[in-house]
Amino acid sequence: MARVGVFICHCGENIGRTVDCAAVAEQCAEFPGVVTSVDYKYMCSDPGQQMIKDAIAEERLTGVVVAACSPRMHETTFRRAAAEAGLNPYLLEMANLREHCSWVHEERPVATEKAVDLVRIMVEKVKRNSELKPIKVPIEPTALVIGGGIAGIQAALDIANGGKKVVLVEKSPSLGGHMARLSETFPTLDCSQCILTPRMVEVAAHPNITLMTYSEVTKVDGFIGNYEVTVRQKARYVDPETCTGCGACLEKCPAKKIPDEFDESLGNRTAIYRPFPQAVPNKPVIDADHCLMLTKGKCGVCAKVCPTGAINYEDEDREVTVKVGAIVAATGFELWDHAAYGEYGGGKLRDVINGFHFERLASASGPTGGEIRRPSDGKTVETVVFIQCCGSRDPNRGVPYCSKICCMYTAKHAILYRHKVHHGRAVVFYMDVRAGGKNYEEFVRRAIEQEGAEYVRGRVSRIYRRTDGTLIVKGADTLAGRPIEVEADLVVLADAVVSRPGSHRLAQMLGVSYDEHGFYSEAHPKLRPVETANPGVFLAGACQAPKDIPDSVAQASAAAAKVLALFSKPELEREPIIAKVNEETCVHCGACINTCPYGAIEDKDITDRKGNVLRTVAYVNEGVCQGCGTCVAVCRSGSIDLEGFTDEEVLAEISALE
Amino acid sequence: MTTLGYYPGCSLHGTGRELDQSIRALAEVAGVDLVEIEDWNCCGATAAHSLNHDLAVALPYRTLALAEAQGLTEVVAPCAACFSRLKGTAVRLARDPALVEKMQRITERPYQGTVRVLNANEYVDRLLDEGLADRLTHRLAGLKVAPYYGCLLSRGEDIVPDDHEQPTAMERALTAAGCEVVPWNFATECCGGGFSMSKTEAVVDLSDAILSDAEDAEADAVVTSCPMCHSNLDMRQRTMNAAGLGPHEIPILYLSEVLGLAAGIEPERLGLDRHFVDAMRVTERLAEAPAAEA
Repeated sequence: MARVGVFICHCGENIGRTVDCAAVAEQCAEFPGVVTSVDYKYMCSDPGQQMIKDAIAEERLTGVVVAACSPRMHETTFRRAAAEAGLNPYLLEMANLREHCSWVHEERPVATEKAVDLVRIMVEKVKRNSELKPIKVPIEPTALVIGGGIAGIQAALDIANGGKKVVLVEKSPSLGGHMARLSETFPTLDCSQCILTPRMVEVAAHPNITLMTYSEVTKVDGFIGNYEVTVRQKARYVDPETCTGCGACLEKCPAKKIPDEFDESLGNRTAIYRPFPQAVPNKPVIDADHCLMLTKGKCGVCAKVCPTGAINYEDEDREVTVKVGAIVAATGFELWDHAAYGEYGGGKLRDVINGFHFERLASASGPTGGEIRRPSDGKTVETVVFIQCCGSRDPNRGVPYCSKICCMYTAKHAILYRHKVHHGRAVVFYMDVRAGGKNYEEFVRRAIEQEGAEYVRGRVSRIYRRTDGTLIVKGADTLAGRPIEVEADLVVLADAVVSRPGSHRLAQMLGVSYDEHGFYSEAHPKLRPVETANPGVFLAGACQAPKDIPDSVAQASAAAAKVLALFSKPELEREPIIAKVNEETCVHCGACINTCPYGAIEDKDITDRKGNVLRTVAYVNEGVCQGCGTCVAVCRSGSIDLEGFTDEEVLAEISALE
Repeated sequence: MTTLGYYPGCSLHGTGRELDQSIRALAEVAGVDLVEIEDWNCCGATAAHSLNHDLAVALPYRTLALAEAQGLTEVVAPCAACFSRLKGTAVRLARDPALVEKMQRITERPYQGTVRVLNANEYVDRLLDEGLADRLTHRLAGLKVAPYYGCLLSRGEDIVPDDHEQPTAMERALTAAGCEVVPWNFATECCGGGFSMSKTEAVVDLSDAILSDAEDAEADAVVTSCPMCHSNLDMRQRTMNAAGLGPHEIPILYLSEVLGLAAGIEPERLGLDRHFVDAMRVTERLAEAPAAEA
């Protein structure tokens, strides 16, 4: 005998203003099977939840309908309350009187009548609900971290120090990411590599971390707790086991004129190379597109000089599969290409550079040994102009957002320049200075008040090159109310932070959404910044949105905490809202197997006691099924049904409206 | 025989005579019939749109309606301001049917939006397609030119399709005529525009900067298609020199004059002898086109 309790929530004014909740409660009390029907201001609150628990005990309820907000909001809350009171949580349903009723209608009588109908439907359903038990899924307590920059490094170390295994995959031959290219970091002016490389070494040496550099993720199968990831390890042509990192090969390689990616093409590298001297692993790789032996079959000098015979021209890419339980995406960012701004030279002026170029010029291990020189002719720089917001905050031709880090790194660049060129002039054109972090404002003040950087509020309309090589920068000084023209030797553009090209491909592999700018979407912008819509995939660093190093590190540790929480139990509990096959009636037509978007349905043999196969039926993998119900719709013999939303339950809802 | 509507506007009957002459001469060589729009009225230029929005649209609207009634599907408006007003209005009308209705009431003429407006650069390219390319009997052997676009011929959403910062619309024609296009920085910088009379110092300063950059780039001549720019750069050179700037002595040519010379038309017919700064000297560079090409 059904004994259903109905609880109508006012949700403050949200529902109560448009729906007459008391009247709804009164009418619902008359429904067959309903033994108690009340209304209350905030059902999700502590007293509200206590009401439900008390009623379950006192009225010996067999089912509960909470008529309130969307189940996406509080179904978990109320089901937990029911479970605590000893009622199977799946015997509690919600009727949505807010998003489906009070928020979309204006007239009280109309909304109230509809509310009564909405509750009636759910009462009919809940009377037919079954007690369901959560499904337990094993978890592989190994994490995959994609990206070996500061965020990936931090996440990997935190998870590994938490006692769990990590596989860290990095696309380039070395760890370090963009942070390894920086000269000094704001606001402390720490030498970037000095604070980074100890962590890189820690990662390489950590017993819990398997490091795969020069590798890329090519395929992701599976689901939370049970991913199977395929990683392509690119051919290095140098055996990392035998190579000692002595560097003899680098000195002798004749192919010396290859633009160096690490130096933003300001300098050159050889075909056999290390991205930078402090690379981890400190073993060179051969760039197959430029190596004379690999492209033309000539040379072979590196193999001749290598003291341990580590060179192997026959090396090939290999694919490995790793089983992991959680994935952290930490793939970082790129800088916008200012070729789109014809007024700044359209990318053709060699002395108009971006922030990374400047970092390499300023860096002691860079192509100029840390001297600020013009890329075009190597001359010293007596006047440098920095331009903020290049591409950022420009909905027409750039990106609409603020890139967050540029005001700070420009102030840093101005300071570094003034330290190196005492008599030099550093002019910064800005719109607004954004220095919101700890000690950030003080740092910018230092650049202006102590280090002598000239800050001009206004935009630059044009940069062109005079025949004598000087760059003419024409801008506006809006505080003085007049135009300003600066003759500069070097111009540094604070190009916008953008997502890496092709980042959408990885997102699609991971089942993670991304916005129109290619940044990966967090599950909730305020309260869930490191989770994604895919429960086993987490985010860390600038792949989610432009951010600086402290925030990237913080987010990486947060992602690691989520992973460790996931791994803290041996099994994962999944919602039992999955499809189930009636093996008696299934004719194995295969329609469901072909239609399932998640590939969750397989063949299952029904055998006799001797092991002879009598027939084959469809079988739903409990760990993979997402409960979408597509198979239920296509099954021709009606042999498959969705737990929690059975045909009987849903048809009862529909009938209740007639 | 291709027919193109012709809208000379006020300036081509006045200070922009050379532009008018050279444009007509080129049409004849290319075998294109230029038909002047009957009873055309002033386009309004800057004056109208500074005073009254409706007037600014009605004036070009009437001209477009007249052209359409005359059966002309394409109209060449060599003056950059006339072009800007005519084409700009055509674009606005295409986007706003209510505006078309309003203009119809004001002018008492219908307009279906079938007229395409070409500027002088597009006109020259069009002639090249219509057979002029095969009739270039001469080359201005290696004459170094700085193509100057000014403002109205380099930008405008849906009005000028070129790159606003680094336009290239003149390059095909200039190269076909044998010129060497030099890279320079002031192709789209303001010449001072209509301030020629009301604030001549502005024109003198701005145009001096343009000419200085062209000279820096080692150009032998500056080529433009806008009669206002031409006037500022050509007529005001003497004023610049008198003010102690420059000194400049660089000929300013219309694109149509350059192509006219390459087509073997007599310089006087093109109006080349009417310039303030001697432009006839560029004819010294004229050489017969190599046999393989002609």
